[in-house]
Amino acid sequence: MIPGQFDYVRPGNLEEALRILKDREGEAKILSGGYSLIPLLKLRLAQPTVLVDIQAVGGLDGIIRTDDDWRIGARATHRAILDHEGLGTEHPVVHDAAGGIGDQQVRNWGTIGGSVAHADPSSDWPAVLLALRGSVALRSIDGERVVPARGFFVDTFQTGIEMTEVLTEVRIPHARPGTGSAYVKLERRAGDFATVGVAAVLTLGADGTIAGAGVGLTAVNDTPFAATDAEAALIGRAPDNDTFAIAAGAAASQAKPVTDAHGPADYKLAMVREITARALRQAAARAHGPEERGR
Amino acid sequence: MTLDAQAPTTTPEVAGMGHSMKRKEDPRFIRGQGEYIEDVVLPNMVWMDIVRTPYAHARIKSIDASEALAMPGVLAVITGKDLEAAGLHWMPTLAGDKQMVLPVDEVMYQSQEVAGVIAETRYQAADAVAAVYVDYEPLPVVVDPFKALEPDAPVLRPDRGPDKQHNRIWHWESGDRAATDAALAASDRVVPIDVYIPRIHVASIETCGCIADYDPVNAHLDFHVTSQAPHVYRTVISLVSGIPESSIRVKTHDIGGGFGGKVPVYPGYVISIVASLTLGRPVKWIEDRSENLQADSFARDYHIHAEMGLTDDGAITGLRVKTLADHGYTDAAADPSKYPAGLFNVITGSYDMPQAFVEVDAAYTNKPPGGVAYRCSFRVTEAVHTIERLVDEGARAVAMDPAAFRMKNFIRKDQFPYKTPTGWEYDSGDYHTALQKALDMIGYDELRKEQAEKRARGELMGIGISSFTEIVGAGPSHEFDIIGLKMFDSAEIRVHPTGSAIVRLGVQSQGQGHETTFAQIVAEELGIPASKVKVEEGDTDTAPYGLGTYASRSTPTAGAATAIAARKIREKTRHLAAHLLECSPDDLEWTPGQWNVKGSPDRFKTIAELAFAAYTDHPAGMEAGLEATDYYDPPNLTFPFGSYICVVDIDKGTGQVKVRRFVAIDDCGNIINPMIVDGQIHGGLTMGLAPALYEEISYDEQGNNLAGTFMDYLLPTAMETPAWETGKTITPSPHHPFGAKGVGESATVGAPPAIANAVVDALAHLGVTNVDIPITPQKVWRILHEKGVA
Amino acid sequence: MSTHHVTVTVNGTAREADVEPRLLLVHLLRDTFGLTGTHTGCDTSNCGACTVNVNGRSAKACTMLAVQADGAEVRTIEGMELGGKLHPLQQAFWDNHGLQCGFCTPGMIMQSAYLLEQNPDPTDDEVREGIAGNLCRCTGYVNIIKAVQQAAAELRSAETEGAGAASA
Repeated sequence: MIPGQFDYVRPGNLEEALRILKDREGEAKILSGGYSLIPLLKLRLAQPTVLVDIQAVGGLDGIIRTDDDWRIGARATHRAILDHEGLGTEHPVVHDAAGGIGDQQVRNWGTIGGSVAHADPSSDWPAVLLALRGSVALRSIDGERVVPARGFFVDTFQTGIEMTEVLTEVRIPHARPGTGSAYVKLERRAGDFATVGVAAVLTLGADGTIAGAGVGLTAVNDTPFAATDAEAALIGRAPDNDTFAIAAGAAASQAKPVTDAHGPADYKLAMVREITARALRQAAARAHGPEERGR
Repeated sequence: MTLDAQAPTTTPEVAGMGHSMKRKEDPRFIRGQGEYIEDVVLPNMVWMDIVRTPYAHARIKSIDASEALAMPGVLAVITGKDLEAAGLHWMPTLAGDKQMVLPVDEVMYQSQEVAGVIAETRYQAADAVAAVYVDYEPLPVVVDPFKALEPDAPVLRPDRGPDKQHNRIWHWESGDRAATDAALAASDRVVPIDVYIPRIHVASIETCGCIADYDPVNAHLDFHVTSQAPHVYRTVISLVSGIPESSIRVKTHDIGGGFGGKVPVYPGYVISIVASLTLGRPVKWIEDRSENLQADSFARDYHIHAEMGLTDDGAITGLRVKTLADHGYTDAAADPSKYPAGLFNVITGSYDMPQAFVEVDAAYTNKPPGGVAYRCSFRVTEAVHTIERLVDEGARAVAMDPAAFRMKNFIRKDQFPYKTPTGWEYDSGDYHTALQKALDMIGYDELRKEQAEKRARGELMGIGISSFTEIVGAGPSHEFDIIGLKMFDSAEIRVHPTGSAIVRLGVQSQGQGHETTFAQIVAEELGIPASKVKVEEGDTDTAPYGLGTYASRSTPTAGAATAIAARKIREKTRHLAAHLLECSPDDLEWTPGQWNVKGSPDRFKTIAELAFAAYTDHPAGMEAGLEATDYYDPPNLTFPFGSYICVVDIDKGTGQVKVRRFVAIDDCGNIINPMIVDGQIHGGLTMGLAPALYEEISYDEQGNNLAGTFMDYLLPTAMETPAWETGKTITPSPHHPFGAKGVGESATVGAPPAIANAVVDALAHLGVTNVDIPITPQKVWRILHEKGVA
Repeated sequence: MSTHHVTVTVNGTAREADVEPRLLLVHLLRDTFGLTGTHTGCDTSNCGACTVNVNGRSAKACTMLAVQADGAEVRTIEGMELGGKLHPLQQAFWDNHGLQCGFCTPGMIMQSAYLLEQNPDPTDDEVREGIAGNLCRCTGYVNIIKAVQQAAAELRSAETEGAGAASA
């Protein structure tokens, strides 16, 4: 429970942080809330040489609505996101996910940026971002790039981020009219990582059939992933239980759960079907008709 | 929730029995001023950390501590070879087996201690542990106790000698085998069950720890430690180290939960003592949670096959039980020596039956040692789980309602004291009243109607009953000892001139509230306000010898000793009063707090006056002072009991079980502090919910612990824990000085089968006859899937 | 490896120390500052026994570095009693037998205090959710919830009295 030794710096601005990442490439690790990193340090599973604490870097914790999207600063805590009424009303999937992460203490300090960059294969935010077709802004000393969530989660605990980059923002496009969303997390006990987590975003067209779908899964593959077969199976169909069952089956066909302390693989696969159907059902129930826009 | 108790006979100011007096120990805890072992800092103190093996079974080829020894602040590295030179590498267990302090040749379980590293600071010790390199040669691992008993299994304990080259530790029997076989053979039907109760871990929020402080100048060892049995520790340390007990002082401080996990003498304690002896400085060791879960004493791990004989109209004719106990690599259970399987043979439960036979075999495996740490009352959890599951299956076999089946087969109130076919004499009980109260409180008939309606709609709802008899207060000296120490317990009371008092006990609270409850016993017996009775435990230099607190024994043994000692004092005050009132002692009668001259209400002396007189005006020929000690040898155990009823709803899609309601009716005889008793019930129910639905320590084929941190060993939070509903009946113990029985473990004993019975009840119409705990969603899902329901 | 000089305001008093960057906040409080009321009960940030309040938010002190708390305001259990008067939560835990061994109690009280600051009139379920990150092995949570509700009622009425006085 005692970490190994490391150095610590607390840069006062982003430039400084990026400079350090560049100068000490491969040795430095960003410290945001610390609720993913510090447990690893205590188990000595991560042994960085220097921690770069970005708590003093301004401009990274806002939740801002632009005409095109929501821009959530990397240092926005799960709690701040949970409490944000505008964001939660427009994207209930975000509110659902935020409220299910850890416990109140964890939510007070854990940040969305830290969580997304850490990319635990059972974490909740990646599934949400994938379902929403969000993106992440990455800054290095050389500039900024914006990377879609789809393609960012490369492998277990591995994302497309470079060692010299800081994830500064998570971006979520606005909900089209007629959209509802939900995150359903099956867990063994309060505060647990997901056994299966499903983020579902459904947009209903003028004729009431599904015009758009986003389905993100976590805890059932090497990395969180977008269930693209499920999404394809949903388009054009009525939002009813038969449709959801078909989509859930398609999601299961793309899942590769492993047997572990959360349960046997066959159980998890069955739960992919069950939870995906529940998430879709809830998303559909929350979708308004095309003349109502999510507020 | 009711706070029933017998009516108090003292005022709230005196706060004798029956008063929900607020706890005297709380003022320090609510301020964060408790003193737990980790809070204790001694001058010149150093820290110990432990190197542990990742292998469940391996030969140690070499240990290279050179890098560690060169690190800043590192003072010593102690290995098995160092201890071997002093004959300390093995030590006895409380079960009469032996265990390694540090291995010389072989490690026997994952996370076993391999070396102790001592450094100036905790952080330096942790760094040094990472720099000790051990070369292992993996050996075949045995994790299945059935395989351990096969003829070609690797012999895990060759140290036991040439005539014991196998993994069977012992075989134990109780009851009449032939008569039971005959009874079952003659029965209309025999209902079998196979129950596996997996290994779990007590996981008190405070882990174990110690400070060994050897003073070389005075050749004296102060051993500060989280111990539920400080005197036993002192004796064991003396036997192992050769230091006389007069030169050892064991001191406990506040203990953050014990539940049996702080009874064993752990290798870390002994290594700390050796380190302190070597360095002449205090050595502190506080284990991590991972170490605690992966290496400390566990509970349960019983594979049980049981059969119940029945007549066609549902009368129980007999019970036959065969069990395999997995003890890990050594039997380190803290069972009384005549009872290697603890009190498991109480398995006939609350039911009147003519015959029973119980046999238990124990096996070694490559797992941490132990057996009875987790609030189990010496294996009563295992026994009650089995009989209560079997009773439900028996009821179903004869198409009887499980409540009616219990009522039919309960031992009747007029049958007490009741001798069971396995030799226990239950002191008192009224099972019918307790069950009826539980049925009324939960609205049983309405629930059965609701269940029928739901079942017709395909919804899964279950009702489970558990009517347990507990057996606590070990125990009478002719039957009970631990490593030869008889299981009496003790109290020493001294009343001061100005009327307050001090009580010193041989038991040891870890949260049970002894500073309050034992003061209340004295208040009851002598009329001294409980607020003026100081209670001390845990310093072996001053406390009278006792066997400690576990197995719900404190009130039955030390509580009785306190009452008896108080009555000795009271008897002396009678003579003091006679002296002061110039009458015969026979002319006096006692009312709470005073001696009164019979027929003269204005002539009395209060306990305060009499205390003063004991030091200022005692008669010639009487010793001054006012004190007494009692070492209480209980004539029998006590038998608390209860009926619990649980309602569950099952999510068909996910297999998740939700406890909708849980009613617990408990009877622990006369109650000292109703609020504290209820607290024990609430906590015990939660510690029963835990293994029923969430907790399990399991191992893979290589002996890797699969639940070695709180990430995967799932303690219930407030979210999982239902709003427990409690009630009482009061059936005093006829042999206990104030009619009390123990209560601390009743709820951990009674709760799991109530929950398991509820789940099976929800699924029985599908043909399900058992689900082993923990009843995880995946287990339920698999059943539903196989039955075509999910 | 260099040490860092940190200044942490603990229970209203500025305290300073030279620390390794890896020193956990809980060890700064316990070992460096001698405030042993905050406890550790696990090594995976699950049990909540180490809960304190940092800059107004409840935090698990085992999952924060002392250097992260440089410049911060920290409140621990030792700072709950003010002017010799117990905080309503402390009194309520005592009144309702909301503790047995007492080991989880400081963290439980600190988290309950935060919970009530955020939600002064919680339902029992909201209390359960609020303390879901604090494990207790002794009490079964029943009396803890009662204690939190008693304190909540008292804090609400003190708030109303204060408001009444202010407007008088």
